[in-house]
Amino acid sequence: MALPPHATLFERIWRRFYLVFCAAVFVFLIAPIIVILPLSFNAEPYFTFTREMLSLDPAGFSLRWYDRLLTYGMTAPEVARDTAWWLDAWANSQWLHAAKNSFLIGIASTLVATTLGTLAALGLSRPEMPFRRAVMALLISPMIVPMIISATGLFFFYSKAGLAHTYIGIVLAHAMLGIPFVIITVTATLVGFDRSLIHAAASLGATPVETFRKVILPLILPGVISGALFAFVTSFDEVVVVLFIASYDQQTIPLQMWNGIREQISPAILAAATILIIFSMALLTTLELLRRRTERLRGLAPD
Amino acid sequence: MDGTSDAPDGLLTTGDGTPLKTALARATRRAKLKAVVLVLPLLLFVLVTFAVPIGQMLYLSVYSPVFADNMPRLSAYLMANPVTEVPGEAAFEALVLDLKDARKNRTHAQVGTRVNYEKAGSTSLFKSTARRLRKIDGPPYKEKLLALKPAWDDLHLWTVMERAAHRHTLSFYASALDLGYDAKGDLVRAPEERRIYGLLFQRTLLLSALIAGLCLLLGYPVAHLLANLPLKYSNLLMVLVLLPFWTSLLVRTTSWITLLQSQGVLNDLMVWIGIVGDDGRIQLMYNQAGTVIAMTHIMLPFMILPLYSVMKTVPKDFVRAARSLGAGPVTAFVRVYFPQTVPGIGAGVLLVFIISVGYYITPALVGGSSGQLISNQIAFHMLQSLNWGLAAALGALLLGGVLLLYWLYDRLVGVDNMKLG
Amino acid sequence: MTTIKPIAAALCAGLVLAGTTAQAGEITVVSWGGAYTKSQVEAYQKPWMAKTGHKIKSVDAPNPAAPIKAQVKAGNVSIDVADVEYSDAVRYCDEGLLELIDPAVLPPAPDGTPATEDFIDGGLTDCAVANIVWSTVLAYDASKFKGAKPTSISDLFDVKKFPGKRGLRKGAKPNLEMALMADGVPAAEVYKMLGTPAGVKRAFAKLDSIKDHVVWWEAGAQPPQLLADGEVIMTTAYNGRIFNAAIGEDKPFEIVWDGQILDFDLFVIPRGAPNKDLALDFIKFATGTKPLADQAKYIAYGPARKSSGELVGLYQDGKTRMGPHMPTAEANMKNALVNNFEFWADRDSELNERFNAWIATN
Repeated sequence: MALPPHATLFERIWRRFYLVFCAAVFVFLIAPIIVILPLSFNAEPYFTFTREMLSLDPAGFSLRWYDRLLTYGMTAPEVARDTAWWLDAWANSQWLHAAKNSFLIGIASTLVATTLGTLAALGLSRPEMPFRRAVMALLISPMIVPMIISATGLFFFYSKAGLAHTYIGIVLAHAMLGIPFVIITVTATLVGFDRSLIHAAASLGATPVETFRKVILPLILPGVISGALFAFVTSFDEVVVVLFIASYDQQTIPLQMWNGIREQISPAILAAATILIIFSMALLTTLELLRRRTERLRGLAPD
Repeated sequence: MDGTSDAPDGLLTTGDGTPLKTALARATRRAKLKAVVLVLPLLLFVLVTFAVPIGQMLYLSVYSPVFADNMPRLSAYLMANPVTEVPGEAAFEALVLDLKDARKNRTHAQVGTRVNYEKAGSTSLFKSTARRLRKIDGPPYKEKLLALKPAWDDLHLWTVMERAAHRHTLSFYASALDLGYDAKGDLVRAPEERRIYGLLFQRTLLLSALIAGLCLLLGYPVAHLLANLPLKYSNLLMVLVLLPFWTSLLVRTTSWITLLQSQGVLNDLMVWIGIVGDDGRIQLMYNQAGTVIAMTHIMLPFMILPLYSVMKTVPKDFVRAARSLGAGPVTAFVRVYFPQTVPGIGAGVLLVFIISVGYYITPALVGGSSGQLISNQIAFHMLQSLNWGLAAALGALLLGGVLLLYWLYDRLVGVDNMKLG
Repeated sequence: MTTIKPIAAALCAGLVLAGTTAQAGEITVVSWGGAYTKSQVEAYQKPWMAKTGHKIKSVDAPNPAAPIKAQVKAGNVSIDVADVEYSDAVRYCDEGLLELIDPAVLPPAPDGTPATEDFIDGGLTDCAVANIVWSTVLAYDASKFKGAKPTSISDLFDVKKFPGKRGLRKGAKPNLEMALMADGVPAAEVYKMLGTPAGVKRAFAKLDSIKDHVVWWEAGAQPPQLLADGEVIMTTAYNGRIFNAAIGEDKPFEIVWDGQILDFDLFVIPRGAPNKDLALDFIKFATGTKPLADQAKYIAYGPARKSSGELVGLYQDGKTRMGPHMPTAEANMKNALVNNFEFWADRDSELNERFNAWIATN
């Protein structure tokens, strides 16, 4: 990647410019995410760095916004923090309520999306599948169709079907939105899949179920897990559908943030955002480890 | 069961004696069936939770029964007698009696609202008329009603009601295209202060194109760098692309609010450096600039990832060979490298464009009024003005455009070649 | 009598805790969020919950009227009680979106005056019961003005005299009225003028003159935040929110009472509400003399019952007299406009559609 020694002056300047430009783009990508971390420890109710923060004075920092995530919505936040206080927080804190919902809906919809999506991907990757391309295009379209259109459709449909303002309704909707990701990732792992392995297993006397468990599953597992992660994140991050079909009971974290931004911007949102960023870092790490595992399994070592 | 044997008549048969051709056909059929059985549950699921609801919603753009349902006498009259002038006593009798019933059922305002979609001022006319109908207790209805409310003596109003009496209508599409019907029932352009959807579709397309262009400009060099660095560096840098991709949309939008506010981090920084004065802070948010900046950031990974996966497959030797054959760096890039990355550009640009066209959240939060896209209008009519027919018509137009682009994407890139991360 | 009540309440609470009571219900109440919802929680909801043992889910919305209409029209109502503006209460009642409320069921004043006479004029409609009188006012951050300060509603539209961004509520109401008043139309003639196409045109023309200088807000909590963050130099706002920021949080905010627009907030029950009876019980309780007077302890809105007016005293800090901060105080009423609910009930959808078109095209 280094320049050859005979590079012209123009090439050297160009190359310098190219690297600086790339560095600037990386800053553009990551700065907005980094900047929020210190701001969430602001002692003042502002969205900007105070003088104390810039001079690293401890007085400029505090955990009050993280505390607010717990206390917002509690019936008696001011009393001493004994067991009753924590029970109150667990039962009434709006952010905790939203977090519980987000995880519940996220996990349930991921299970639905991953099961149905993996089965379908196995079918779609068979060369015998009729109308393969058209079916694939239909199954991936929830990812492409504007969310507002899916959400309005669901709003009317659910109102009639009695699924509006229910957990089941949201879980089904989120599963539908997550399915394209599962299909894409599982299909991708099946592209390099050697089908003769199935025949080999069968000829050695394995039942189809055993073949699936012992031969297919280990190979597609990384794809399934990364698809499941995508499906989970899709649900965890989704706000438009929730906005249209959820009632207060099913309030999720993104909806809580959306309301927070539109109604009263307090740095508590930054605290929530910071927690979410750490969460996505953990997800990303999991995904990266999975990717390495796939490469190792397929015998593609990094060069 | 796998072995084949030569049958005496020369036909190839399987072990149990079935002709091979039949056996093969059966095996293919069985394999096909297996594949279909695997896909079917999901297909049904997506049909029920996705295709059917959207289809139902789109039907609202042509189906509006509220007038016919609540004004039965007048609707029957209007269906039987085409309106060419303000009609006579029979129509007014039907109108007054229907309106009295509607008032009793508290539906007169809904009917008025339906008429108001095509003729401004009708809601108030229906409401104020219904409130005073008690004064009319018998014929002649026309004379009495016109004495009470002369506004009913209006041909335009009657042609609108004639159209509203039909349960199926194209008038929502007309409104979505900034068109309307004049007094004679001919299609004309809407009055200037109401022509907004053409402008919004245009703005949506322009801003999406701008965002896709910016993403390409920023993403191409970065993807190139990532594709050409040794894997241990590029993996590290890739995290910088993937982290935003995996971070909640709301979080990223919140971040941009803190950065772009006029008292926000960027403006503070510029004031501190001295680029702008404290009272000359730049408005970066609540306008188109806010929408473009935040959305470019959100879409950039969708550009870098497909570009990167294409660039990874371009052999490095090609450019080297071109250079050693005497091509300058620019020529080598333009003639040899660039053409091979075109599929990646197509994939990235289309993907970013498709997603941007239907975007809602970010413009709603940082776009102010000038940075709103067509999705925001759909949401407005869905949740605020509750003109669901118009929302559905706008949605149908948007969906049509997106599906066209999706079809193009499938033709050019192939949906099964979509890669994530 | 006085000793039995707490015992009964304790009994009820005990039953709820034991989980044996079948009648402990839960209602969903939607209000405007922030300081206003907080005042209602303190003055109406907590006492009602303590008294009855039922629970309340308090939900915030930028305008609680919006979700009602969508829910009733789609047929999936989850809201039991909503706090809405006058014109919306009347309009929705006309449109059949609300349950009817018979004013005879409301409790009389402590001296026995029936509710129908105790509420101030217009406080009761077919479908709604008023709780407060509030107003939209012009407010500014005094620390941002070194020389002259805004004194009249026309200063909101004067970008030469006071350059900088302004916050306005995103909607036709009450910007059209304010625009006309700033353009020199006397308060008494505003609605007559707005009733004509020329008047509407004039109002939009006036709004055009500041369009590029406006930050639009939707939720009532936003204006004080916009002022505090320095995003705007002045803004229209609900007077109680500015009071709470100024007195409750010591912000240097000032109110310009000139050109204020008074309105009611009323409780309504959406048609088909899941817990209609409990909702009505809550409304009966909350709009009683004492809870209405208590609310004024937390925010500067006037109670809708005459009998509550006499009980209004000090702010919760124990030293600020609420009287002069009420929109209805005589000194504040000099150039005030009372919202014409009939005008808005009839013309809301039409003018808002035009406003929406106007705001989307710039």
